[in-house]
Amino acid sequence: MEIKVMKDILVNNNLIAEENANLFKDKGVFVLNLMASPGAGKTSFILKTIDELISSFNIAVIEGDIASKIDAEKIKEKGIPAVQINTGGACHLDANMIKNSLEFLDFDKIDLLIIENVGNLVCPIEFKMGENLKVVILSIPEGDDKPLKYPAMFSESQVLILNKIDFLHLSNFDVDKLEERVKGLNHEVEIFKVSCKTGDGIKNWADWLRGEIYKVRLEGLKSKVK
Amino acid sequence: MHELAIAESILSVVLSQAEANKAKKITRVNLKIGKMAVVVNDYLCYCFELISKDTIAKGAEVEIEEIPIKRRCFACEKEFEGEHLGLICSDCGAVGLELISGRELAVESIEIE
Repeated sequence: MEIKVMKDILVNNNLIAEENANLFKDKGVFVLNLMASPGAGKTSFILKTIDELISSFNIAVIEGDIASKIDAEKIKEKGIPAVQINTGGACHLDANMIKNSLEFLDFDKIDLLIIENVGNLVCPIEFKMGENLKVVILSIPEGDDKPLKYPAMFSESQVLILNKIDFLHLSNFDVDKLEERVKGLNHEVEIFKVSCKTGDGIKNWADWLRGEIYKVRLEGLKSKVK
Repeated sequence: MHELAIAESILSVVLSQAEANKAKKITRVNLKIGKMAVVVNDYLCYCFELISKDTIAKGAEVEIEEIPIKRRCFACEKEFEGEHLGLICSDCGAVGLELISGRELAVESIEIE
């Protein structure tokens, strides 16, 4: 006997992601899922973002790595609450891992939660966690062909951060080609060119993110009034 | 890389469907997997076989329907099919072909006894 199922294979993950999203919405927390290859600059980018936005928002970070606490320690040195998830082998974070981390943070005192995913351009894009925004970082030394090689990641991220632009003069990276490739996959993508080393472009990104956070807050308030 | 996690999810979905229908055995699992889903199908089947050994899904045949990659121009809505698509519309020249199929990861149906 055949039974129609028609369910997303990741239905269990997606249900937990939705639970997480409802909690975040309820507590007025904006959540960002930050993805990139190892070494593209995820942690540096978070540290620079914190510097720009710390006067506007209460920020917390969830760090995901296979091993080591080094990233969470860097965040905590800034006085920002950080939870380190060590997956022990899993190549991505998922909704359940985030759900299990939530008890270690006080969401009544958080406006912005940044989740630094495991360094990987392949798997993290498959696993929703309840985030408002997916951000992918590509750094200049990695090359301008990565959107062609990892189309899912670049199709489904709303923001592309092009990091290490201070390396441009040392490489053959074609920024126009890169932009065309990414916009070909997602014509609505927001692209920010930055250098975490020099600070170039960071304020522009932070101002945009501030606007997005306020937009979501306003929508939240409007729906509560209704 | 995460075929094992996906196989575990499939097993969880099919076992709960089987229980809801009071099945004694699952003989077949029909999946829909998009050609751009980040999964290696053979390895997924192998993982499923391994983890279903002590369940009523033991020995179930796993059939995968591969869903083709299709994109649609956001400007003129013309649709294109294929794996190695350019991302500029050949009809109107707009930069941006949105993905409309090819990333599916779904359990379509099961066969039970």
